[in-house]
Amino acid sequence: MKFLTTNFVKCAVKSCDASEKSFPLKYEECQLQSEEQEFNPAFIVSMLDRIDWDALVSVAADLGNRSIPAEKPENIEQNEALLRELHSLLLETQIVEGKMMCQNCGHIYYIKDSIPNFLLPPHLAN
Amino acid sequence: MDDVHADVRTRYEKLTEPYMDCTFKFEVVEYQGAKKAKKEQIRIIDSFKYLGLRGKIRLSNPAQVFTVLQSYSIEADLCPRSEPDYCWFGRQVGLSARSHGIVDRYEIAKRPYFGTTTFESELSLVTCNLALVKEGQLVYDPFVGTGSFALAAGHFGGYTFGSDIDFLALKGGRPGQKDIKRLKDNFKHYGTQTKFGDVLCMDFTNSALRKDLIVDTIVCDPPYGIREGLRVCGTTNLESAKLTENKLIDGEKAFLRREYVQPKKPCTLDFMLDDLLRFSAERLPVGGRLCFWMPAADDEDIPRLIPQHEKLELIYVLEQSFYRWSRRLLVYVKRDGSYTGKTVTKEERAHENNFRERYFNRFI
Repeated sequence: MKFLTTNFVKCAVKSCDASEKSFPLKYEECQLQSEEQEFNPAFIVSMLDRIDWDALVSVAADLGNRSIPAEKPENIEQNEALLRELHSLLLETQIVEGKMMCQNCGHIYYIKDSIPNFLLPPHLAN
Repeated sequence: MDDVHADVRTRYEKLTEPYMDCTFKFEVVEYQGAKKAKKEQIRIIDSFKYLGLRGKIRLSNPAQVFTVLQSYSIEADLCPRSEPDYCWFGRQVGLSARSHGIVDRYEIAKRPYFGTTTFESELSLVTCNLALVKEGQLVYDPFVGTGSFALAAGHFGGYTFGSDIDFLALKGGRPGQKDIKRLKDNFKHYGTQTKFGDVLCMDFTNSALRKDLIVDTIVCDPPYGIREGLRVCGTTNLESAKLTENKLIDGEKAFLRREYVQPKKPCTLDFMLDDLLRFSAERLPVGGRLCFWMPAADDEDIPRLIPQHEKLELIYVLEQSFYRWSRRLLVYVKRDGSYTGKTVTKEERAHENNFRERYFNRFI
């Protein structure tokens, strides 16, 4: 699971949809791996439109990375150092194993073999 | 052909002027027509003599290629009709991906990872083509399986995400395979690894994708339930659900443990399709497309089985037929607020697409 994906996923339980606390999930006990990928600044810039910056900062902190600026800087397009850092964080950082917890309902999801598992037990699915 | 000539004669001067003196060649391309003898081809080409092209004929690397396209229908005796139904004449401006051998290159057997239900290469490419997948888009397949659509979308430049309820399909590998391969390896094999986003194990009806994430294109082949059953999370056994909810293992809630396996229950195709349309209407941007395949027995009232959503306009219904059943590629476009379609959910359809049952009863 790429770091980027953590910015797209929330708790799968329907009754959590209304709660702001269901996104992002809280990441715990994560094993990380770096997978090298070609640097494509244009791609990172285009992805920024879809990215929730606050969630990015919070998940990065979960994983021990506190170097991302708390506010989304202006003119990122020209800031190669930051683009490189985002590239390495969003695309090259893989979460191989770990836990994701919903801060609204407390349900725990697992990442196994690099694949996040969002399947729900019967009493939470409908 | 006479109509084509009549038409070309009225406006060819304008068309040919910039190309009168460059090197050129002619091609005759047929669809479903038996291959023509050289003589017949030359006769067709010669019939365009009046264009008066002055350039040199060059068969390899000409500056211009003029093409006569002919489309034939097949007669009851399975031979093409002697005369084409349609003819076109034009100047070649570009060729489709097909002419670069893409269908062959993406053949299932040539991929490092595939399964018994992997969707064929040609139609997955056609699907992504009709979905207008292009560079930089976010493409999502909610029933990704072994990932034919994702791979095809990656070829056209889409950044692809997929989800599936079947963890094993995402994990990859085949029985007896030592070196485990998964979808990501297919992207690597085709040199499109930067187009692979991620795969998530997820029940589509309980989606973990955040609500405000814009997905540019959705392509999929919802499982019909022939080889892969259509399933969602849950159980029909309410007692056992209660038991799991309260069960403790080593003082821990069983359903919160890493090893816990979420039970699944069957779900109908109609239910899933309504959910797919609702999801697409919420997430697609205006102009974004949803493309998926829907199976049906031939004797059903098929137009009545097709789901509709008020924000999605159904623009193409393309059929592929099999013995006693067929499947249709449905292409929908998300429209803006001025468009008012009609939502037709399974309640309004009042007619079940019980394809799986019909299939196993041999459509009798």
